[in-house]
Amino acid sequence: MKHPVRAAAIAAIAALLAAGSVEAKTLVYCSEGSPENFNPMINTTGTTFDANKPIYNQLVQFRPGTTEVEAGLAESWDISEDDTVFTFHLRKNVQWHSNKIFKPTRPFNADDVIFSFDRQWHDSNPYHKISGGGYEYFGDMDLPNLLDRIEKLDDYTVRFTLKKPNAPFLADMAMDFAAIQSKEYADALLAAGKPEMIDQEPVGTGPFELVAYQKDTTIRYRRFDGFWGAKAKLDALVFAITKDPAVRLAKLRANECQVMAYPSPADLPAIKADPKLQLLSQPGLNVGYLALNNTRPPFGDVRVRRAINMAIDKKAIIDAVYQGAGQPAKNLIPPTMWSYNNAVEDFPYDPAEAKNLLAAAGLAGGFETELWAMPVQRPYNPDARRMAELMQSDLAKVGIRAKIVSYEWGEYRKRVAAGEAPMALLGWTGDNGDPDNFFVPLAGCAAARPGGGNAAKWCNHEFDDLVNKAATLPSQAERARLYEQAQVVMHREAPFYLVAHSVVFMPMSKAVIGYRMSPLGDHRFDQVDLQ
Amino acid sequence: MLRFLLRRVTLIVPTFVGVTLLSFLLIHLVPGDPIEVRTGERGITPERLAAMRHEMGLDRPLWQQFAGYEAQVLHGNLGTSIITRQPVWREFATLFPATIELSVCAIVFAIAVGLPLGVIAAVRRGSVFDYGLMGLSIAGASMPIFWWGLMMILVFSVALGWTPVSGRISDAFYVEPWSGFMLIDAWFSDDKGAVRSAFSHLILPTIVLGTIPLATIARMTRSAMLEVLGEDYIRTARAKGLGGVRVVVVHALRNALIPVVTVIGLQVGTLLGGAILTETIFSWPGVGHWLVESIQRRDYPVLQGGTLLVASLVMLVNLGVDLAYGFLNPRIRR
Repeated sequence: MKHPVRAAAIAAIAALLAAGSVEAKTLVYCSEGSPENFNPMINTTGTTFDANKPIYNQLVQFRPGTTEVEAGLAESWDISEDDTVFTFHLRKNVQWHSNKIFKPTRPFNADDVIFSFDRQWHDSNPYHKISGGGYEYFGDMDLPNLLDRIEKLDDYTVRFTLKKPNAPFLADMAMDFAAIQSKEYADALLAAGKPEMIDQEPVGTGPFELVAYQKDTTIRYRRFDGFWGAKAKLDALVFAITKDPAVRLAKLRANECQVMAYPSPADLPAIKADPKLQLLSQPGLNVGYLALNNTRPPFGDVRVRRAINMAIDKKAIIDAVYQGAGQPAKNLIPPTMWSYNNAVEDFPYDPAEAKNLLAAAGLAGGFETELWAMPVQRPYNPDARRMAELMQSDLAKVGIRAKIVSYEWGEYRKRVAAGEAPMALLGWTGDNGDPDNFFVPLAGCAAARPGGGNAAKWCNHEFDDLVNKAATLPSQAERARLYEQAQVVMHREAPFYLVAHSVVFMPMSKAVIGYRMSPLGDHRFDQVDLQ
Repeated sequence: MLRFLLRRVTLIVPTFVGVTLLSFLLIHLVPGDPIEVRTGERGITPERLAAMRHEMGLDRPLWQQFAGYEAQVLHGNLGTSIITRQPVWREFATLFPATIELSVCAIVFAIAVGLPLGVIAAVRRGSVFDYGLMGLSIAGASMPIFWWGLMMILVFSVALGWTPVSGRISDAFYVEPWSGFMLIDAWFSDDKGAVRSAFSHLILPTIVLGTIPLATIARMTRSAMLEVLGEDYIRTARAKGLGGVRVVVVHALRNALIPVVTVIGLQVGTLLGGAILTETIFSWPGVGHWLVESIQRRDYPVLQGGTLLVASLVMLVNLGVDLAYGFLNPRIRR
């Protein structure tokens, strides 16, 4: 898409880029696709989040490489004793980017915060329907039900009042959808009759400002010298949009880009062997599992669920499907997440004991069932079909005759959510590093309704009470204690066969320094440098 | 001639309606809808799904959706992309020059190489060159584009480092899109290095996309030439003592060109089909790339509008070829 930009800015950056790499440090990142637009409130793909990350800031943010929340556009915050009132003290003299149609006259203030949330919350806001509306994350984080009011106390103080205590709220505020847009820019565009431009020619407060975007080609940014935080080390950042992973790798090898997204698992050995490349890796904030539908006989019987947990050889799956790039899962949350209960012991691979359990459940002769396999590759499961075949073979050894079933991806999710699958492969990638973001949507009772995300349709009130209570407590230690208990309950009840947490890889040139992988799977370049 | 013209133009109308109906039905037959495709593992509440489907008009009966779409198209409105919220026409207009640029280069390459090779093979019929060329052209016509493109990248870009891997121009250059044709835009930019870069980026995709048309043109030229070379007037020309080159180029080739030109016209469809794969491999931001993505995302307006525009173009080119042929050969006007 042609993206009109300031002639002066282009001339400057073109001169800078063409002058060679001596003065201008440009990092080219081979990204996997085009962003839908420049608004992380509306568009929820990782591709769009990555493209917006250089531009926008949130009130709070995740410390690079972690899921810990640190100060962002708010330099501090207070939380009331009953955990329902969050008062954010905003940073002063934060400058907005400018572009050819807008020159900011004032720094960032409380009006911008109010505008950015009001746009997502109220359909009376003139921007609510712009760019198609649909604020999925705002809804998914339950903010419409959680928020009571947002008030401006003064130019640099904003108060969020919740209807009930909610511990993950602060982490929600660090998520991409909570980006702050300029109200002054919004007003100017509205007056000019071009409100949709706000999401196409973004004005943010981030470390880089957008220079030009050409759909399916490149996104060009340059360092924003007025940035409030540590200035970016690169002069310019280019996203070279390259959809095929084999071509991304070829570009990386030819030094046409210095960092690439999402390598194909089959290419990892070759990348490791390449002397010019480095391969960073990190356990992903994800889980792949086989959901055992508790509402369909015989999976309502805990002995059957445990038998399945003992009948499948996890190590064989991790070796064959993840090619070693997976950690065996014994809890629903990955080990990098706080509250992970390491004391839980995974079920052993013990087909003989599995047979005994089945016999005890009155199924000595085994039974027939279906094993659903996703038709697509996902970060938590590189090859569901192969995984299903391995499981099918292991299950047959204990007398469970499973037929492998698959549907088109949208149809698959819909049917699994409706509870049609007896056993279904699925998984999850976390959004904000909070355990609540795994336990409630994947295993809570509310999500066990038909159409809900709890694929096992498992509703255990002991577990549900623990995780719901944990979400309302202010102390992380207190919350962790409850989540640890919840993991013990889940292990006892075995509603899932938990497969693995996959490892995420980032290949890059050895010239790249300071890149920190994010456990949330996003890509940030603000503190990256080139040697 | 006028009646012939009218008849051919009238035939366009049902073809046009057929294309809109087919593109509409095919994408709606594919399971999944744009909203569900976007929600991922997160899922969506039934209320929200219903509200969004209503907003997009996806809850209406299919025939109503089609009738609405058809009416909209007749008013010259191809709709707005569900994903980017940009008018389909504007997205097409931005991306289409890239496809045209690549296709023109590919067909020029195919003609410039295929035609002389076909002539030489015909003149040296039965020689090693002839057999070798025909073998290669069968291989070329049946080569899977995806594999061929990746092999070219691995050999020429990664191993030898002669050509860039993908894209239209090096990231070191920023050329303001003016015509949309990178070679032209680079030419008018101040930096002449940009032209070199744009040209070098065209080499591999041109070869990959031009391979199938090249093979087809070479084979067609050879067989047409063989037919003509056996004609009496060629023997007469030779008997008059005319030079070999003159007989081949002036007397034989000119007559052999008629079927070759038809084949070249028919390659337009092949090129646009091949462009989809070539653009994907080389990250070439053209309409092929755009259409593939719209299928994955179930972006109905883009897919329908894009297919319609591409199909219309193929129809127009075919019409042009038919008319030219009718003009050249009065017998087929009846």
